[in-house]
Amino acid sequence: MDAILNLQRINALVLVFLFCTLVLSYISIARRGGSLYVRRISGLNAIDEAVGRATELGKKVLYVPGIMGLDENQTIASLALLGHVARTTAQYNTDLDVPNKDPLTFAAARETVKEAYMEAGRPDLYREEMVHYVTYDQFAYTASVSGQMVREKPATNFLIGSFYAESLLLAETGQATGAIQIAGTAEIAQLPFFVCACDYTLIGEELYAAGAYLSKEPAQLGSIKGQDITKAIVGIYIVVATIGLAFGSELLRRLLTIE
Amino acid sequence: MQFLRLTIPLLLTAVAGLIPIIAFMWSTETRWIHATKDRLEVYMVIIAAFALLLGVVNVIQSNVKKIERRQKGWQYGAFLLAGLISMGAVGILSAARIGPFQGIGFLDDGTRTPFQYMAEYIFNPLQAAMFALLAFFMASAAFRAFRARNFEATILLVAAGIVMIGRIPLGETLLGGSPLLGEFTEWLMTWPNGAAQRGIMIGAALGAASLSLRVIVGIERSFLGIERNE
Repeated sequence: MDAILNLQRINALVLVFLFCTLVLSYISIARRGGSLYVRRISGLNAIDEAVGRATELGKKVLYVPGIMGLDENQTIASLALLGHVARTTAQYNTDLDVPNKDPLTFAAARETVKEAYMEAGRPDLYREEMVHYVTYDQFAYTASVSGQMVREKPATNFLIGSFYAESLLLAETGQATGAIQIAGTAEIAQLPFFVCACDYTLIGEELYAAGAYLSKEPAQLGSIKGQDITKAIVGIYIVVATIGLAFGSELLRRLLTIE
Repeated sequence: MQFLRLTIPLLLTAVAGLIPIIAFMWSTETRWIHATKDRLEVYMVIIAAFALLLGVVNVIQSNVKKIERRQKGWQYGAFLLAGLISMGAVGILSAARIGPFQGIGFLDDGTRTPFQYMAEYIFNPLQAAMFALLAFFMASAAFRAFRARNFEATILLVAAGIVMIGRIPLGETLLGGSPLLGEFTEWLMTWPNGAAQRGIMIGAALGAASLSLRVIVGIERSFLGIERNE
């Protein structure tokens, strides 16, 4: 057994199994028609309003999908949201602009937007230039997107995905141009900047849940429910383990440690 | 068509997603799984390099189109292409060591090659200028965030004031050399701030795991350009 499994990580394996079982069970329940309550996320409910504002003003919607590649979960979550935003801009006949830093994200974003316009029944409105590549350099990309914000003054900015030092530069520039801004990231250090400079911010897990929340597909919503139950179990375990550790429990300390 | 567009990508995603998880759980004695994981990481770098070429082609195409149509801001496109071509050309000539372009770093006598000169005196200062703007944006964002509009904003204002003063020598001087303010600042950052951050981190980690699971089992397909279950 020792030659196959890393026994020092057995606690992680148990947690993975528990998590997968819960998520897959809730997906199955949701597919069978069970009702699942998912709380309202104001940032996601504001998407239609934000795109509507751009339509009324006759200006474009700018969607920045973060600066990381497809190996980053936040980028995948961002693409799910991009699909919804693109469908909305297609329905409202509003211009959409998606500048990219990572080439793989660029390719995936282009497919996502193209598919969304087809799904919305408006393939005639889709243009290849809507999703374009800028550069692989972080600050050159920031300079380009900031310049675009100042020159073209988009009515709505979406800053959704993985951001680092450029988060405040982009969000403050967007704020200065008077755009309505919806941001979302799981980067802890960047969250305060977005909260300060944007109208709505998707914080951490809200970003990952965005695609499922907007798709309203039972299978996707079920996974959010499974995730919430795991979070409750982890929360209870943290409380029990903290009390146990205060009394010097060696077993709880070992259960909490992943080598 | 469905097989090529959907089934194969979903199968590849599931295999590529499961291998790192298995490698994490498996013993280091099971070498093939760790070797496969390492190989996958190398493939990712290769695919990204090819995709970068796609990106460069897109930059050239979209900017040439912009200049041809004299679209608004076409001058920026021309400037971008000039930068891309000059830096790219000097880079290629330097890599091939043609004429005065002998390498991309420093010469044997310690002088800079043209490529190094361009990177050090054009590219790096431009990057630094962008990064330096952050200080000004931080000041304007702080000014907006720290207005005491309600009870929560007032708590934020007081806490931020304490942390800012506590982290500079002025705080200690004001208290006649007492380290009390510095210690209180550390307490604020470690406990109340740390607890809130960990709450967000646990939620985000589970959210990321849930998304990964949706991707591996093929429920989440947006990264393939497919939104709904087909």
